[in-house]
Amino acid sequence: MLEGLRAYGLIMAMWVRSTMAYRASFAMTVFGDFTVTAFDFVTILLMFSHVDALGGYTLQEIALLYGVSATAFGLCDLLLGSMDRVGRRVRDGTLDTLLVRPVPVLAQVAADRFALRRLGRITQGLLVLGYALLSLDIAWTPLKVLMLPMMVVSGAAIFGAVFVAGAAFQFVAQDASEVQNSFTYGGTTLLQYPPTIFAKDLVRGVTFVVPLAFVSWLPALYVLGREYPVDLPQWVAFLPPLVAAGCWVLAGLAWRAGLRAYRSTGS
Amino acid sequence: MRLYAVVAGGAFRRYATYRTATAAGVFTNTVFGFIVAYTYIALWDVRPELGGYDTSEALTYVWLGQALLMACAMMGGGFEDELVERIRTGDIAVDLYRPVDLQLWWMAGDLGRAAFHLLGRGVVPMFLGALAFDLALPGSPWTWPAFFVSVFLGVVVSFAMRYLVAMSAFWLMDGAGAMRIVSLAGLFFSGMLLPLNLFPGLLGEVARTLPWSSLLQVPADVFLGKHTGWGLAEAYAFQGGWAVVLLLAGRLAQTAATRRVVVQGG
Repeated sequence: MLEGLRAYGLIMAMWVRSTMAYRASFAMTVFGDFTVTAFDFVTILLMFSHVDALGGYTLQEIALLYGVSATAFGLCDLLLGSMDRVGRRVRDGTLDTLLVRPVPVLAQVAADRFALRRLGRITQGLLVLGYALLSLDIAWTPLKVLMLPMMVVSGAAIFGAVFVAGAAFQFVAQDASEVQNSFTYGGTTLLQYPPTIFAKDLVRGVTFVVPLAFVSWLPALYVLGREYPVDLPQWVAFLPPLVAAGCWVLAGLAWRAGLRAYRSTGS
Repeated sequence: MRLYAVVAGGAFRRYATYRTATAAGVFTNTVFGFIVAYTYIALWDVRPELGGYDTSEALTYVWLGQALLMACAMMGGGFEDELVERIRTGDIAVDLYRPVDLQLWWMAGDLGRAAFHLLGRGVVPMFLGALAFDLALPGSPWTWPAFFVSVFLGVVVSFAMRYLVAMSAFWLMDGAGAMRIVSLAGLFFSGMLLPLNLFPGLLGEVARTLPWSSLLQVPADVFLGKHTGWGLAEAYAFQGGWAVVLLLAGRLAQTAATRRVVVQGG
């Protein structure tokens, strides 16, 4: 574990140094990552130039959902966002190089092409989150205050588990990295809108099957004092850390199974 | 001419090879289609007839966006990475020796790619969208060919823009930043996020005049029957005009670049 983190740090530092070789390009890509995520919120702003509420939620309330989801996802994307390259490495056989090094494969894959530009995404999420917190009129309790960092950290962990599970799936599927995108990028887009606008079955799916609802919807609706559209007791809002831990156990098992099933290209 | 047809066919087959990737892409387009469709339903629920579309037209717009995303390369992603890489490594020198036109060569390939993506990644999401939602499909059979002409023009405009940006790699060496900025503009100004009719005031007017509106907004409006008769001719003229201007600009940049080309590493 410790060895893995150390390796992750070293590989990460190497990629950061190499990115910094082209500074102008780096600045443009950070700006790019900031903007592409900001577009999601700009879309919401454009929608709100025509309406006062969407699915019964005000702009400020949606900004809270958005801020939590975007920050949690941004954090996870910074740390594990390159995991969708596993498929390519399986295809071209370069995964073998990682297998012979005396360092956990997961750490190497996770740090592979570490992209510091993804700070742009986190910055954007934090800005919207800050706007939401400043403009919302919430009756703050110590518990609600604690919920905020808890949501972001467990949310990032839940997304992280999805990334790892997706990477494990690529040992089998090889060039299906886009399936992973629908759960990660698609998931964060989904969570940026209130659950009331989606079909009940879809809401159930992201609550009970792929538990993305625990990233932001459930805890954030508790903070906002809103009801969840699918009947659930209120205490489930406190479950995100447990859900995240459960997801990581499953994702870890999937990763092991995937790695064990790996056959090199061998030609 | 035959040569370019062969290049286009080759590109089509090349993309057709990645079957799992295509299936995965269809899955992703469908998932995003569903998410966006629900947000549009919520929006049109409050404001029916927003932007001149009724709800089923708005939903059709969503699925057209998913179907054309890859074909019109609204977020980039096609030949340009490869071309920039060839410029960066100096392999471009070999291409310049070949007795073919560089710009036409890459355009043929990109048309082949677009044709594959229209079939491989466009048809199935559109079909699934039509199953799940009440879409406004064309009433007249003539709308279909009119739509495909508009899509073709959109692909050419998209190619011309990406070619122009790829040429910047002759000066910048690392084209990643510039390409990223253009792909962002493409995402925003094509109408992929929200129909450009919904952009307020001056922003909307500017957005509808920029070349990117040729990639989705114009073909979608043709599909929805918003441009007919002279209006259709105007829409084509708009797309065709941008295609010519951008292709010429790319040609100029290419001439300027090849005159100062310095082959790296030898």
